[in-house]
Amino acid sequence: MSDCATIDFCGEKLLAHPMGALFWPAREVLIVADLHFEKGSSFASRGVFLPPYDTRTTLKRLSALSRRFKPRTVISLGDAFHDRDAEARFDLEDSALLTSLIGAHRWIWVLGNHDAHPPGAFPGEPCAELTLGALRFRHAPGGDEPGELCGHFHPCARIRIEGGVQRRRCFASDDARLVLPAFGAYAGGLNILDDAFGRVFSARPNVWALGAGGVYLISDRLFVPEAGAPRLRAGA
Amino acid sequence: MVGSKRGDLLALGLARLRKLAPSLRATGLSATVPDPAPLLRYLSSGAPDAAELIRAVGGARPVVRVHHSDSRIPWSGHSARHAFGEVYEAIRGARLTLVFVNTRSQAELTFQALWSLNEDGLPIALHHGSLDVERRRKVEAAMTRGELRAVVCTSTLDLGIDWGDVDLVIQMGAPKGASRLTQRIGRANHRMDEPSLALLIPGNRFEVLECLAARDAVEEGALDGELERQGALDVLAQHILGMACAGPFAPADLFAEVTAAAPYAGLSRDSFDRALEFVACGGYALRTYDRFRRVVKGPDGLYRVRNAAAAQQYRMNVGTIVEAPAVNVRLAGKTALRPGRKLGTLEEWFIDGLVPGDTFLFAGEILRFETMAGNDALVTRAPTEQPKIPTWNGAKFPLTTYLADRVRRMIADRRSWSSMPLPLREWLGLQAEVSEIPAPDELLVETFPYTNRFFLVCYPFDGRLAHQTLGMLLTRRLERLGLQPLGFTPTEYSLSVWGRRDMGAVDLDALFDEDMLGDDLESWLQESVLMKRTFRDCAVIAGLVERRHPGQRKSGRQVSFSADLIYEVLREHEPDHLLLKAAWRDAAGGFLDLARLSALLARVKGRMRHAALDRVSPLAVPVMLEINRTTIVGEAQEAMLREASQAVIEEGMRRERLRHH
Repeated sequence: MSDCATIDFCGEKLLAHPMGALFWPAREVLIVADLHFEKGSSFASRGVFLPPYDTRTTLKRLSALSRRFKPRTVISLGDAFHDRDAEARFDLEDSALLTSLIGAHRWIWVLGNHDAHPPGAFPGEPCAELTLGALRFRHAPGGDEPGELCGHFHPCARIRIEGGVQRRRCFASDDARLVLPAFGAYAGGLNILDDAFGRVFSARPNVWALGAGGVYLISDRLFVPEAGAPRLRAGA
Repeated sequence: MVGSKRGDLLALGLARLRKLAPSLRATGLSATVPDPAPLLRYLSSGAPDAAELIRAVGGARPVVRVHHSDSRIPWSGHSARHAFGEVYEAIRGARLTLVFVNTRSQAELTFQALWSLNEDGLPIALHHGSLDVERRRKVEAAMTRGELRAVVCTSTLDLGIDWGDVDLVIQMGAPKGASRLTQRIGRANHRMDEPSLALLIPGNRFEVLECLAARDAVEEGALDGELERQGALDVLAQHILGMACAGPFAPADLFAEVTAAAPYAGLSRDSFDRALEFVACGGYALRTYDRFRRVVKGPDGLYRVRNAAAAQQYRMNVGTIVEAPAVNVRLAGKTALRPGRKLGTLEEWFIDGLVPGDTFLFAGEILRFETMAGNDALVTRAPTEQPKIPTWNGAKFPLTTYLADRVRRMIADRRSWSSMPLPLREWLGLQAEVSEIPAPDELLVETFPYTNRFFLVCYPFDGRLAHQTLGMLLTRRLERLGLQPLGFTPTEYSLSVWGRRDMGAVDLDALFDEDMLGDDLESWLQESVLMKRTFRDCAVIAGLVERRHPGQRKSGRQVSFSADLIYEVLREHEPDHLLLKAAWRDAAGGFLDLARLSALLARVKGRMRHAALDRVSPLAVPVMLEINRTTIVGEAQEAMLREASQAVIEEGMRRERLRHH
């Protein structure tokens, strides 16, 4: 598991994978956030023809993680579908791939703001939130009790190293809450220095940046704010 | 203009105008093109017989002097610091001098140095592309009114209107090309019967050779040849959308019109159709977007845009210049609410590299970076401090093939050494003694140990870009041969590779074989940040990534972010897509300089000359002095992250131990 970082969170050991997923070995649970299926075709309907392979890319990454960790349960932390019509725009092949992935696990859809309604074309267990042992699963931060895992914010860090800046998706957590990076191939990002995170974390969070072959704990001294306004909206 | 994407778009526009107004007359001007035939084809939209060529003859030959120092010539660097005093004297002796430099950072340094010598208080001004437009206009106006004695400038003053009565042009550092130098010299003295005066100030030994070669070329009236250009596909896509917005069209008619434009004369119908399909709905093999087509074929066989939104997209995106993400440099005001004057703009990556308190040279002043506020970098003046970070990158032009060839011949021909300054004669003489002087068509490769490393240095003279690509590919090969290369350094003239093992026994013909331009190049490019940037520019021009929304301008950073994601997904699923092809062509002609590199490899095939030495050779000294500049990239970004992370973890453990004690 050398490409994963171990995050100790509320007494549980969680493995953070460079693709942006968490694996919880004790319960054999794989957790991903903000898949944003069919974001590409959502743009296409407005005349911006992004390559129509974002859903497929996201699904292939999920399949690879499923083979690697062999989880019993997969939890999608909301905003799995980019908009209400996203399911209808699925290509047949992608549709089959998702259905077979769901069939191979206990599959839980925590619902988010982009997909407030449970999917109609795909099986799986929809819910607004979920508690497993010491951990609570929500799309967006919702409670004061510790042990909350959520997505929604698409955290990214801009890291200044040796005179250059790298922009990376990241995990962020304080003692009470852990925010996952967006997993979807076309999902954007919100800078970890944005004010929004001040309301999510009570203390300065630890931040793990995703590299190509590893997940790295990075000191907040190296973070750089986003230069250009306007900023991306959270969860956009 | 002709050899760029702007030129492609203009050619398409000319072809369109000719269709609308067949009697259109176009006039082109050039002082720097050796072969007028391609230009005639360009201007006449494929009917060169209809064009008339007027050659201006006569005019006094320019008088070009190369600054000679028989005492000291630096081994490396480009600033020509050693000659600032003489530059100042030359300015004093002239009415109005243009001091040309090759980069913006060099402009700032030179400007500062001249003012520190300026005991007479001569009005000397600064002009480069990062300065605020307002400020540049003021300098131009002052030149015209004859109020200035000198302007330190970059290529921003290469072209354009004749400001002021310039009587001397000084070129600091290497001129890079005969045409370019001719153009710059032409800034001085526009009367046909009086010679233009120019002074070239080489910054190092190789630049002396380059300056001498350029002077000879200018005196002979020789110019660099330029390759004819293949029109860019992203520009074509933009034009097709524009045509669809203008009115219904038949593809066959548009194809005929487009191929009348010189850059697209060789365009295949298949490529055209693919570009059309790209415009209509992205041109992907997976045809899920058919129902979203923005250009549709009517029952009459004509293509038209489906709605007004497409036309608006086109209008918002028209043009071929993609700006790098930039940040305003602004003086901090007395209160946070009232920021001060804008001094200019700088690339975002440069500002990102600064921490508050860092000082740098900009707009002729030493500035302290305070903080970011939105898209403004707020700075204060810090005149007494030594600027810590005095440079940022500027445009790098490789020296032209033509000039490089002249330099190689000068080195090979001992009779020409006599016209060189003494330090150069001694330098080349010593090289002949301890190593070799290559013939003009040979590639000299030296191997030697130095400190506890082994070096391989070669001298193609093909420019930094081609050398950088060569270095990247050679190190991959040496790695496979088990020679453990550690890094490489390209300069304009030579390339140095170093590693843990002696590279003297390597089969050089195999090492420099042309087949390196295959898979090795491919796998390196996959990770290249420059390749992603190139793709982003193509995606913007082709209209895949919008540069602006109605009423809102997207910041450069947002564009670059989403374009990276698109690039990765597209490469994985459709590697032969039109946009990837366009980006590849740009990279090959741009930062990779593949044309140059493959010509280099073909030229030296079977003509390798190896010198196994026991120490650094005289020719190798300049590149050895620059060695700490570059290392192997690729894995480097990841390695940096890993190290940064390791530091945090170790610090955490230290704290943990302290707590336990």
